[in-house]
Amino acid sequence: MKAYLTRRYMISASHRLQSAVLSDEQNRATYGKCNNPHGHGHNYALEVTVSGQVSPETGMVCNLVDLDEAVHRNVIDRFDRQNLNTLADFAGLVPTTENLAEVIYNILKQGFRSAHLEKVRIEETLMNSFEYAGDEAWRH
Amino acid sequence: MIYLTRKCEFSASHYYHNPQWNDEENRRVFGKCANLNGHGHNYTLEVTVKGEIDPVTGFVVDLKELKDLLNHEVVEAMDHRHLNKEVPEFASTMPTSENIAIAIWQRLDQKLKVAKLHRVRLYELPDLFVDYYGEA
Repeated sequence: MKAYLTRRYMISASHRLQSAVLSDEQNRATYGKCNNPHGHGHNYALEVTVSGQVSPETGMVCNLVDLDEAVHRNVIDRFDRQNLNTLADFAGLVPTTENLAEVIYNILKQGFRSAHLEKVRIEETLMNSFEYAGDEAWRH
Repeated sequence: MIYLTRKCEFSASHYYHNPQWNDEENRRVFGKCANLNGHGHNYTLEVTVKGEIDPVTGFVVDLKELKDLLNHEVVEAMDHRHLNKEVPEFASTMPTSENIAIAIWQRLDQKLKVAKLHRVRLYELPDLFVDYYGEA
């Protein structure tokens, strides 16, 4: 039987929203406080959902140790306590949480193969959250 | 179609052990969860049902009926119990969150009279949950 497993992780990072194709004035008008030249930070809550058949041998969709290891190695070690604007992942890309969700989804699509990556969901604050599932429709 | 979610909590103990494997293999795969003395969790269950709104009552489901069903099928059966030893489904399957969600789905699905079961979401920890939608 097919089940969906979701694990939640925390990432603390800073960013500044500034688009290279907008003027300084347009950037300020578009991003407001998020355009502060010195940046600011968030505690991002990342939820990774994977799916698959429940193994009769283990009762699991995938071993949580494998998922945790893959997310820590590929995502948390890469983004936690970092300034997102300085990372190669965001060269030419505004580090909005929309883009962060896409970047993390694409990293995990390559870096985790023990179950099907269903989607990633990121809470930037308690008020804002973003979900990305690539081109796939996902279950609500 | 409208969706309604009801929450309940239960606290239970369990361990993971595949009798076809030796102790070493069980420890390798299940880690600390293979301790045969068991350990416990505070589980939070969210059950989502769906259906059309009854024009007379304005309900998609009678919440009292749903609450009684959850109390009878889940809380009375699993709260403050050892899942491996006291819940029949886990005499032969491992009481992982995946299998507990499936067992709860099977317990509830046949007994819902009006609304249709949409999703069983079971939190084992605040940072770990499983969803089951009745899929094969």
